[in-house]
Amino acid sequence: MDNLTLEKIAYKIRKHAIDAVYSASSGHPGGSLSIADILAVLYFDEMNVDAKNPKDENRDRFVLSKGHCAPALYGALCEKGFFPEEDIKTFRNANSYLQGHPDMKGVPGVDMSTGSLGQGICAANGMALAAKLDNKDYRVYSILGDGELEEGQVWEAAMFAPHYGLDNMTIFVDFNGLQIDGDITKVMNPTPIDKKFEAFGWNVLIIDAHNYDEIKNALHTAKNTKGKPTAIIAKSIKGKGVSFMENEAGWHGMAPNEEQYNIAVSELLAKLSELEGR
Amino acid sequence: MADKKKIATREAYGNALKEFGSNENIVVLDADLSKSTKTESFKKEYPDRFINMGIAEANMISTAAGLASCGKTVFASSFAMFAAGRAFEQVRNSVCYPNLNVKVCATHAGISVGEDGATHQSLEDLALMRSLPNMTVLSPCDALETKMAIKAAIDNYGPFYVRLGRLAVEEVNDEATYKFELGKGVTLKDGSDVTLVATGLMVGEALKAHELLKEEGIRARVINIHTIKPIDKDILEKAAKETGALVSCEEHTIMGGLGSAVAEVLCETYPAPLVRVGTLDVFGKSGTPKELLEQYKLTAKDIAEAAKKSISLKK
Repeated sequence: MDNLTLEKIAYKIRKHAIDAVYSASSGHPGGSLSIADILAVLYFDEMNVDAKNPKDENRDRFVLSKGHCAPALYGALCEKGFFPEEDIKTFRNANSYLQGHPDMKGVPGVDMSTGSLGQGICAANGMALAAKLDNKDYRVYSILGDGELEEGQVWEAAMFAPHYGLDNMTIFVDFNGLQIDGDITKVMNPTPIDKKFEAFGWNVLIIDAHNYDEIKNALHTAKNTKGKPTAIIAKSIKGKGVSFMENEAGWHGMAPNEEQYNIAVSELLAKLSELEGR
Repeated sequence: MADKKKIATREAYGNALKEFGSNENIVVLDADLSKSTKTESFKKEYPDRFINMGIAEANMISTAAGLASCGKTVFASSFAMFAAGRAFEQVRNSVCYPNLNVKVCATHAGISVGEDGATHQSLEDLALMRSLPNMTVLSPCDALETKMAIKAAIDNYGPFYVRLGRLAVEEVNDEATYKFELGKGVTLKDGSDVTLVATGLMVGEALKAHELLKEEGIRARVINIHTIKPIDKDILEKAAKETGALVSCEEHTIMGGLGSAVAEVLCETYPAPLVRVGTLDVFGKSGTPKELLEQYKLTAKDIAEAAKKSISLKK
């Protein structure tokens, strides 16, 4: 798919994410906005998934290891047709299936329930291993947060995937540099992220998380790398696309008020109409 | 009974995995303890479907969840301390919440681990696993029952926790007549004065207590509860009505395990005195299994004493 179309989808995902968080008066906008471009490429250019057959056993799998960014995942899934767009506004509602963190039992298209950091990448490894055991050629993708790398369980998984040669496994680290309590290097420094994954035996690529060519090329390289998994360190802007949320740790887990919501939506819609006009 | 061959339930677990392992859907994970948990029996027979996770229990459980989401029946084994304790949150969030087909089979449960001491003696695992929605909790008492428990875990979809021991124990059940029914307690001895409700290796002790009590003219019913959750309410309610006093017997803390489960049933169905035999809010320590079972008051003699106390509490 061409980059312009992907960018339009990414901004629709951002709009859904903001709608979801605003409707729920809670949720995680910052990290949702930073992964929107990656999700657009995964769901509309890379992965073999079918909204009409969400449980197809040969489908590619996606695990949102940073499960708190469910608003972006739900945005991508409804754009892809897994559920009606209007349901987005029921996010976190007691009568809705759209749980605060992804729930594979209730949300079509969600391949693993996540939310407790560090567990998603392990489950993704399990899926990749299952493909190897069954001689299937589906691939498994996961997005982790950079703060999530502070969970020790991530490094148990980081040891596991190269040990079993899971070259059907690709992870993105959403490297936006911010976590709830602030700058990741000040809270508990997980850097250098690339060198750590390299030392654990991964094929490591560093890209701009908002550049479609770089995302596509990295995924192409990952597919052609045999014998080891690929970690794509994606340098991103937390809050990308909403001016006052960009690079602000405070927007990790806070909903906008009405005034802020209106500004955010007008910015996203202006960007969308600019893209439509190209 | 003393002449009978003794087999540890972990040994029976390894044998069962080997026996049922031809089912190609089964994958077995272990965290560097395959020689102790006996999953090595499966490893030798089906090396392609045995995955060593290294010493990483949290990763093992979440990886098991991923495998199960792709249709595998996954057995994940370690010591009870680490499978149910260290990886509790992974069992909760990765396995039970999405209701995935993972069988956590944990060996070295209870104080009968012996010499390794308190850090390796899980006395809390039943309480932890019993609290989780979607989880079925089994605690077999001998080799035959273990085999049947593993068969049930394979045949029934969903998360299972199977509690297994290190210590060799006498066979309680007879292969020719024993029928294992998930969720059903088994009356091993009838009696009308008191009921001894036991699980795991304490079933053998309860049977010995039955004999001790008989010498004193007390007729004790003995019930084996192999399914801790969902527990057999009917058999417990009936025992309360017919014998009027009960004793729970488990190699586990008296808080949250079998004793608590029995108390929960009784107080909502037919309240009757219950004396709980188990560890009393303390950690274990090093020693031989026999010494420890004696020092922590987990023997037939202690059960018999508890039975008399329970009878004395009858109104």
